[in-house]
Amino acid sequence: MSIASAFADNGKRAALMPYLMGGYPSIEESIAAGLAAVDAGADLLELGIPFSDPLADGPVIHAAGTEALAAGATPHGVLGVCERLAVRVPVVLMVYANIVLTAGAGAFALRAAAAGASGLIVPDLPHDEADEVRAACDAEGLALVPLVAPTTTPERIAAIGADARGFVYTVSLTGTTGERAELPEGLAETVERVRGSTDVPVAVGFGISTPAQARAVAHVADGVIVGSRIVRAAGEGGADAVGSVVRELAGALRD
Amino acid sequence: MTSAPPLERRFGPYGGRYVPETLIPALDELEAAWADARADPEFVARLDQLLRDYVGRPTPLYHAQRLSGLVGGAVWLKREDLTHTGSHKINNAIGQALLAKRMGKPRVIAETGAGQHGVAAATACALLGLDCVVYMGTEDMRRQEPNVQRMRLLGAEVRGVDAGARTLKEAVSAAIRDWVANVESTHYVIGSCVGPAPYPSLVRDLQRRIGDEAREQLLTQAGRLPDRAIACVGGGSNAIGTFIPFVDDAGVELIGVEAAGEGLSTRRHSAPLTTGARGVLHGALTGVLQDEEGQILEAHSISAGLDYPGVGPEHAWLRDSGRVRYEAVEDGAALEAFHRVAQLEGILPALESSHAIAWLIANPSDGLSLVTLSGRGDKDLAEVLALG
Repeated sequence: MSIASAFADNGKRAALMPYLMGGYPSIEESIAAGLAAVDAGADLLELGIPFSDPLADGPVIHAAGTEALAAGATPHGVLGVCERLAVRVPVVLMVYANIVLTAGAGAFALRAAAAGASGLIVPDLPHDEADEVRAACDAEGLALVPLVAPTTTPERIAAIGADARGFVYTVSLTGTTGERAELPEGLAETVERVRGSTDVPVAVGFGISTPAQARAVAHVADGVIVGSRIVRAAGEGGADAVGSVVRELAGALRD
Repeated sequence: MTSAPPLERRFGPYGGRYVPETLIPALDELEAAWADARADPEFVARLDQLLRDYVGRPTPLYHAQRLSGLVGGAVWLKREDLTHTGSHKINNAIGQALLAKRMGKPRVIAETGAGQHGVAAATACALLGLDCVVYMGTEDMRRQEPNVQRMRLLGAEVRGVDAGARTLKEAVSAAIRDWVANVESTHYVIGSCVGPAPYPSLVRDLQRRIGDEAREQLLTQAGRLPDRAIACVGGGSNAIGTFIPFVDDAGVELIGVEAAGEGLSTRRHSAPLTTGARGVLHGALTGVLQDEEGQILEAHSISAGLDYPGVGPEHAWLRDSGRVRYEAVEDGAALEAFHRVAQLEGILPALESSHAIAWLIANPSDGLSLVTLSGRGDKDLAEVLALG
């Protein structure tokens, strides 16, 4: 199944994309958590490759990555997780630039594609730096999914939207990943501006944790990304807890 | 500023802006603001005045006669240890705090390892009436307790960082995360010539005063240019500031001295230029200590200010181009140099600067050597006394 069909045909107000940290708390448990998320209604999965210095992540995902690395997770090991999950839903890898560039953009894209990934999100590779990685992804049929932030100027949104593959990941707030009580003002406006700049769907992430927030985001966006809440569940209650959080979120998007 | 070079985004293949999209507009704004400020005579005059009357510049260039006797050639020390707050960090902190003020940002954040940059940033913020938050690893807070108290007395908030090894690398990451969250109100005063563009160029421009002064002072006091200019390299700001004015003087050999820690054959060192791979850390592609998969490794040095797994991208380019030679000195040699300078010259050098002196002692020459003494060693007393 492709990214496009996961957005188009999911029986919900918006596609639901939980984020899981690969290798957290272990490789096997992260596979189980991913499968539980799919069974509970996830339409796509975002799978994190742990990195020593994750600048875009807040405390929950940062700590999960640190723990995964301490438990021996490697990019290769997480691609193994990807392989198991990608047969069920499209998997987009969230991976920091140094992991990709150290392997070499071409080699990394080749391995990711071989593991069944549908795309890459590289949170510290802004549009100006992305040409090489995008070309490498294009060559392997992977989508390099760009990010747009609340601070992104209209000129940049136009350029980012024009080069977008898969979907545009719209960051809902200025800050790192993590749960927040409120959705920020101005989100609908940003999403509309992004939508006007691109042919691919627009998903929103950062700060979304409750079913009510997910439903509110689904009013304006094509996809809802939930990260820290899911990772917290994976740490606290494993696959069962992930399944029940995803089920609630999916329910809210179906109502 | 004399013949300011352009604000590069890349130094050869190095540099760039590998940061979350949220920060790109702020980096654009900073780049434009600095290009504008450094060409504005009023801004330059205000900076010059503060550096003269408040910081105490120009710092002396001192002919260290007994040290000269030891190495068999003239040794001249550029005395950054004699600045207000006791290290070259103040040159950058004052400049960036003035720039923050000019950009209308009321809040400043900084990171610090040994505490020298944190103290400099807190000082500049007190002087200019800016709010100041300094991120510092909790392990460094323990090792550098007096500097923590100093920052607090100056009105800064010190936030402990508990991640990873709880040292400088994590403090930089925490500062960048704060900046992502508060980018509208906040300027990040980075402490070295590292980070995403335009920081490496901005910090270089502010630190080149070291080399500009030293060059002029040498011509006046010694009547000639040096045969060698030597400076220690952690992130590399005192070294880039020393080297840049001499880059076009073909007869001047430039030597950057990294920390070899417990030895380059161990993993416990801080010498990414001498031994390291190419990688992305804190927004720049540069020399980095990392494993084969791209995970950043912890650095080690006796000197907290050199204890960092990355380095300024311009240094990586100066290495590749062959213009600067990078060498590394082990903890023990640096400690010995500390004692030598204390007893021969009556100066307690910072452990960072002691690395440059140690290289000089190990590589005697009858030529004229310029060494940048980047800071004073008072902060290192506990460490030095504990090691005997």
